[in-house]
Amino acid sequence: MSVISSSTTFMGYRRDNGRVGVRNHVIILPVDDISNAAAEAVANNIKGTMALPHPYGRLQFGEDLELHFRTLIGTGCNPNVAAVIVIGIEEGWTKRVVDGIAATGKPVAGFSIELNGDHNTIMRASREAKKFVHYATALQRVECPISDLWVSTKCGESDTTSGCGANPTVGNAFDKLYEVGSTLVFGETSELTGGEHIVAQRCANDEVRERFMFMFNRYQDMINRWKTSDLSESQPTKGNIAGGLTTIEEKALGNIQKIGKKCKVDGVLDKAEIPTHNGLWFMDSSSAAAEMVTLCAASGYAVHFFPTGQGNVIGNPIVPVIKICANPRTVRTMSEHIDVDTSALLQREINLDQAGDKLLECMLETINGRWTAAEALGHREFVLTRLFESA
Amino acid sequence: MIHAVLHDAKDTVAVAVVEDIKAGTELTAWIMDEDKLVHVKALQDIPIGHKVALTDMKVGDTVFKYGIDIGKVVAPIKAGEHAHVHNIKTKRW
Repeated sequence: MSVISSSTTFMGYRRDNGRVGVRNHVIILPVDDISNAAAEAVANNIKGTMALPHPYGRLQFGEDLELHFRTLIGTGCNPNVAAVIVIGIEEGWTKRVVDGIAATGKPVAGFSIELNGDHNTIMRASREAKKFVHYATALQRVECPISDLWVSTKCGESDTTSGCGANPTVGNAFDKLYEVGSTLVFGETSELTGGEHIVAQRCANDEVRERFMFMFNRYQDMINRWKTSDLSESQPTKGNIAGGLTTIEEKALGNIQKIGKKCKVDGVLDKAEIPTHNGLWFMDSSSAAAEMVTLCAASGYAVHFFPTGQGNVIGNPIVPVIKICANPRTVRTMSEHIDVDTSALLQREINLDQAGDKLLECMLETINGRWTAAEALGHREFVLTRLFESA
Repeated sequence: MIHAVLHDAKDTVAVAVVEDIKAGTELTAWIMDEDKLVHVKALQDIPIGHKVALTDMKVGDTVFKYGIDIGKVVAPIKAGEHAHVHNIKTKRW
């Protein structure tokens, strides 16, 4: 008997659009790099708010600009966010982000700096941010079915223990969450290289399979266009190699363990697109930890499973990131980063079902409000994916 | 004690899951998918997480892990030796 069943519930924040969050953040979101200072000043003035500074948003165009907007709007729309202050240098793009977030029904207000300066912008935005904090802190958690939970996964600083221990643990938990109707996602397109045929076989139908292979080949074409070597030390990373992973194929086959044994790939998303139904989704995405988790948050996922081998320390500003590790050396040397230790799996002391349940128990505590290691340590990596140079 | 794990009986490498395996150690390796044990003597020190060869392999051979192709042999490997970037390369990219 698993620790979750279709009757499992948790205490979450139900937003006006029906989505359920597990955190209740008031965020100060800059549209562009030059609005970071004002956003951080507002977050400093008003306690209980959090600025999400980033280095982009000027002179982007085409697909790259569309992705920028999709990521910012998606972040604001994420159900872990109660309310949003948007600050941009000028009115037009600021309004576009505000309007995108307003569709959820949550409180959102935009401020532009031109013709106002930082001082007046910070003052006006701070007044509104204080109101949003009162609004957010008055909200109560309510009982929600587990089927309302959206869970993402991506691994990082993997080593060979990831493929034998931590990733299969996520796979076991994903199989159980799939069965109770949760909405799931995995991605890391380049890190399926050598195992893409396995993902293709797991696709629910030909249409999904063709869309998956389109995304996979699009990424391969990008790599082939720019590569100057076999990518050794980039993919696998130097950390992966130090941990014993030798080739991209080996890394990919370990990576794919995260989608378990039973769940089907029900749909395919482009970067930061929002799923339209429950089940398991593949999202075309970078394999870099902070970029991928930021994209998952922008797609609306509320909690993240992050298996690691050598010890990636990543977190996210709005989504709790749960770290799973099966490498006994990492668990010993980096214990403050690890939420779920499954090293007993590799000594045959527990089985995969027990490891999966251990993760789900941690997940239930986390979604009910307990902080993850990354939250307690202040890891708030917010990293936007760029597709090409600015104009 | 389990010194190393492999996934599929077809695998030609196993992963060290304990620290400080020294050359000369008789290793017990666990085939996870079949819950069976196999044995190999380490000819070199094997760091935790790194792979030990389970069979002799020659240049050009395919290396199997998870029962699947993970790359090609680029320098000869003897059973019990350390198998990594110095003797195995990707077939992609």
